[in-house]
Amino acid sequence: MRNHRRDRLPAGEGGLHRIAVFGATSAMAQAWMRLLAPAGARFYLVARNPAHTDAVAQDLATRGAAAVFAETADLDDTTAHAAMLERAVAALGGLDCALIAHGSLGSQAAGEEDFAEAARSLQTNFLSAASLVTWLANYFAEKRSGVIAVISSVAGDRGRKSNYIYGSAKAGLNAFLAGVRNRVDRQGVHVLTIKPGFVATPMTAHLPQGPLFVTPQTVAQDIQRAIEKRRDTLYTPWFWRWIMGIIRAVPEWKFKRMDL
Amino acid sequence: MPGTPKKPVFESWGRYPRLDCRVEPLYWRDDFPRGTRLPPEVLPVGMGRSYGDVCLLEDGTLLSTLSMDRLLHFDPATGLLRCESGTTLDEILRFAVPRGWFLPVTPGTKFVTVGGAIANDIHGKNHHVAGTFGAHVPAFELVRSDGARLTCSAAENADLYAATIGGMGLTGLITWAEVQLRPITSRKIRYEGIKFRGIDEFLALSSSNGHAEYTVAWIDCVSRGKNFARGIYMVGDHSEAIEERKPSRKPRLSVPLDFPAFALSRPTMRLFNGLYYHKQLRRHVTGLVDYEPFFYPLDAVLHWNRIYGKRGFLQFQCVIPFRYGRDGIVAILEAITDAGLASFLAVLKVMGDRPSPGLMSFPQPGITLALDIAIQPGVTFPLFDRLAEMTRELGGRLYPAKDARMTGAQFRAFYPQWQQFAQYRDPAFLSAFWERVTADA
Repeated sequence: MRNHRRDRLPAGEGGLHRIAVFGATSAMAQAWMRLLAPAGARFYLVARNPAHTDAVAQDLATRGAAAVFAETADLDDTTAHAAMLERAVAALGGLDCALIAHGSLGSQAAGEEDFAEAARSLQTNFLSAASLVTWLANYFAEKRSGVIAVISSVAGDRGRKSNYIYGSAKAGLNAFLAGVRNRVDRQGVHVLTIKPGFVATPMTAHLPQGPLFVTPQTVAQDIQRAIEKRRDTLYTPWFWRWIMGIIRAVPEWKFKRMDL
Repeated sequence: MPGTPKKPVFESWGRYPRLDCRVEPLYWRDDFPRGTRLPPEVLPVGMGRSYGDVCLLEDGTLLSTLSMDRLLHFDPATGLLRCESGTTLDEILRFAVPRGWFLPVTPGTKFVTVGGAIANDIHGKNHHVAGTFGAHVPAFELVRSDGARLTCSAAENADLYAATIGGMGLTGLITWAEVQLRPITSRKIRYEGIKFRGIDEFLALSSSNGHAEYTVAWIDCVSRGKNFARGIYMVGDHSEAIEERKPSRKPRLSVPLDFPAFALSRPTMRLFNGLYYHKQLRRHVTGLVDYEPFFYPLDAVLHWNRIYGKRGFLQFQCVIPFRYGRDGIVAILEAITDAGLASFLAVLKVMGDRPSPGLMSFPQPGITLALDIAIQPGVTFPLFDRLAEMTRELGGRLYPAKDARMTGAQFRAFYPQWQQFAQYRDPAFLSAFWERVTADA
């Protein structure tokens, strides 16, 4: 694991927008942070690639972020999470909001052949996020305020043969977030489960881009609105709520014979 | 439908020619060159707002820079912005206008990328005072297919700097660039619109308004007789009032479908041109206007190129040096009106003598004329071929960013420095335009 800490701008006085972002180089995370940077938000970025993290940090600082700190880490290593979160809190002088945006689509075919591959997907998409959420929920519950926004997926709404490994990790994450929400809601903590459909990002660049694809900018605006309105679950774009409602309603005896 | 080509994945703005291109998005500055799965030939592309085939490549890979749109540094004291090459001018304006800065040079659309603006060394209504876009780009990074990452400026890698400005994306991938913005205090433009009839009146207005920052003329390319070459001469300067500068709103209108061919008939065009001329009732109007309608009237309607129907359209843009300017432009305009091929908007402007740092830059001192013409079988291409030949005889040149028709011999006459430029082309970079104009060399 490689850890870099860089101060982009001299740390100013603590503001209301102290934001930690995990998977900060993801297209959706970048688009969302761009919405907040002009108002002078302060960011703690965590991502894997130092050059890419640096580019995102420069972009946010140029667009008006009051401070940007960056750390490169492999988020699969959950034993390092607590120390990393403490560094984020120390750098920002506290935390108001966290976005968990890292993930990996992985290869369904490879995971069917080799469980080690499937386990890696569960590690990245479920366990790693659950570990961060656990720490954050305790931190915010004690503060009696805070926002935990997690990018999950519509794929978690029902297991399908084409991507049930990724889907089951996201399904586990959805249940985990529902439970945490139920636990910390009364402490004033907002837990937002974000379920994007098809978004034009590096993760989906290999797929044919049909009419259901939306830009990360559209998703980012939906995320921001859902945070402001304290929504529990966000389907983005909105029509996925209906599509997934229909998919969930198909009886299993029928569903198991379908090609999805 | 038989005979209708299937919709390609990437179209140029004129939607002609239609070539099958593969598009690979670049997300990061180090995405290119990457590994060994590189196809033999690539071409960087941005918004695809060039009209013909400079942004196309058949059987190769278009490297889309649109996700490389990060702002890397801004100095509020000097107005120097460093950004990634996929950043659009629209995005720069959203960032810069509220901070009191404006683009040094802007074309008639803000939906182009910085990389595209450099590669085509674009010009605008202030060419006579500010020169081209490239004159305001002190440095950029160029990544070659062999993996070399070169910072290029007038002092460092000066030959590649000159070859890349106006280099049509053929010298390598621009990953970031510095753009020197110019200060403003208001969104508003002090505007003056003056009606004129004939090229002589246009030239007289051009020489008496040389001090103004922005000048351009709309010209009626349909009418003949006493209305021949009538138009509206437009003059603008940034207002010096100190005012709040909010970012612009996103456009709401969009052309949803291709227009049918009869929408472009001669009577429709005559009506449109007449209305446009008479929209301004008095001979001379002045006022304050927002920069959006002044610079980007067509950007308010997304996909306006669909108005020209599914066959697409060509744009003709030439510059004729002053020594043949007046008579040359009259002859070209007569050829266009005689052909009876209609055009919505034609634009006439006097270009200045501020040299571009670019080796292959299009602008030169003289008069430039630009107009769109829908592709109509059997008539449009012969007219364009004749206009290109007239341009060559008049010592002028055509603009590759707008072209889909010039021959190799014409290109080499317009740009005699092309062989010098060819030495700087990256061997892995190619465009349909370059193939077309060098195949017979």
